Amino acid sequence: MKKTILALLIMFIGAGAFAQGYEVGDVATDFRLKNVDETYVSMADYPEAKGFIVIFSCNHCPYVVAYEDRMIELHNEFAPKGFPVIAINPNDPEVVPADSFEKMQERAEEKNFPFDYVIDEGQKIYPQYGATRTPHVYLLERVGEDLKVAYIGAIDDNYQDATKVNEKYVANAINALLAGERPERTFTRAIGCTIKTK
Amino acid sequence: MEYSRFLHILVFSALIVLSGSFVYGDQQEEIPMLSFEEFEHWLEKENDSVYVINFWATWCAPCVREIPAFEKLNEQYRDHKVKVLLVSLDFPNQLESRVIPFVERMEMKSRVILLNDPDANRWIPMVDDAWSGAIPATVIYSQNFYGFYEREFKFEELEEIVKPLTQ
Repeated sequence: MKKTILALLIMFIGAGAFAQGYEVGDVATDFRLKNVDETYVSMADYPEAKGFIVIFSCNHCPYVVAYEDRMIELHNEFAPKGFPVIAINPNDPEVVPADSFEKMQERAEEKNFPFDYVIDEGQKIYPQYGATRTPHVYLLERVGEDLKVAYIGAIDDNYQDATKVNEKYVANAINALLAGERPERTFTRAIGCTIKTK
Repeated sequence: MEYSRFLHILVFSALIVLSGSFVYGDQQEEIPMLSFEEFEHWLEKENDSVYVINFWATWCAPCVREIPAFEKLNEQYRDHKVKVLLVSLDFPNQLESRVIPFVERMEMKSRVILLNDPDANRWIPMVDDAWSGAIPATVIYSQNFYGFYEREFKFEELEEIVKPLTQ
């Protein structure tokens, strides 16, 4: 009996950990989400990619706005090296009208985003990843058939001023992967806007 | 409680009563901008007060929604040794243009500071290891209690935690 309870307990704890989303090393799920150009985007559409910079992002959050230019730079630097950015808006537009699909299209055009900017309709994807805020980066690397999480966290260590960044977390992690090494830092935290749900 | 401290609080309370609405201006005229090291002592007070420390920003809708709850707590429990501190994570260059006007418009009476420390990965776990960095987030502690909450509060929910700590 005790063993059964223990087993049940372990199952519950396991389920709990799973519900909190991915950790570094976990296999990330693919998705099929609507892009600002009205096409549907999956990571499977990029068989040549070595990985992806998945960024949970949105329109309204000032911390995202502070990072938009750096997201563009990341894509321009690393997409040719096999790591494109895919930005996912996880917010419920009924809660935050500024994050509606139409407003995403406007923002993408204003900023001339070179990367896909897709909407997590029905909010099914972000809980699987365990994203809690925008911006929230999940760097994925291709390992055989799988896409594994290599880094979770912030883009760099200064949200206020791109010129005063000391450590480019995401860029460093990708450069490590490209060099066949493990990223030195695989998890960071950052202030961000909560993901908005009903 | 130390006698001098008691006297200090007594004098301060008297000042609040005497100066009435002026205190609001006196308290909020300057919102100090602090580094994490300058702010940190707020998380480590060892006295008989209950500290309620809320991380917020003017651009954070759920934070703005719960400000009145913290204000009400500050108002109703001030005499029960409850100290409310609202830690703004607004951008430092928006202190004058956004934070101060917001505090004035909301007629906020709780103490407000602006935490200006861009290397958030360093200090977020020093606030609490469980904090992902999303706001609103709140620390409530006293000598015998510690709680960290990455969520939005209603007044009743705050009171449910704070009230037993004051008794």
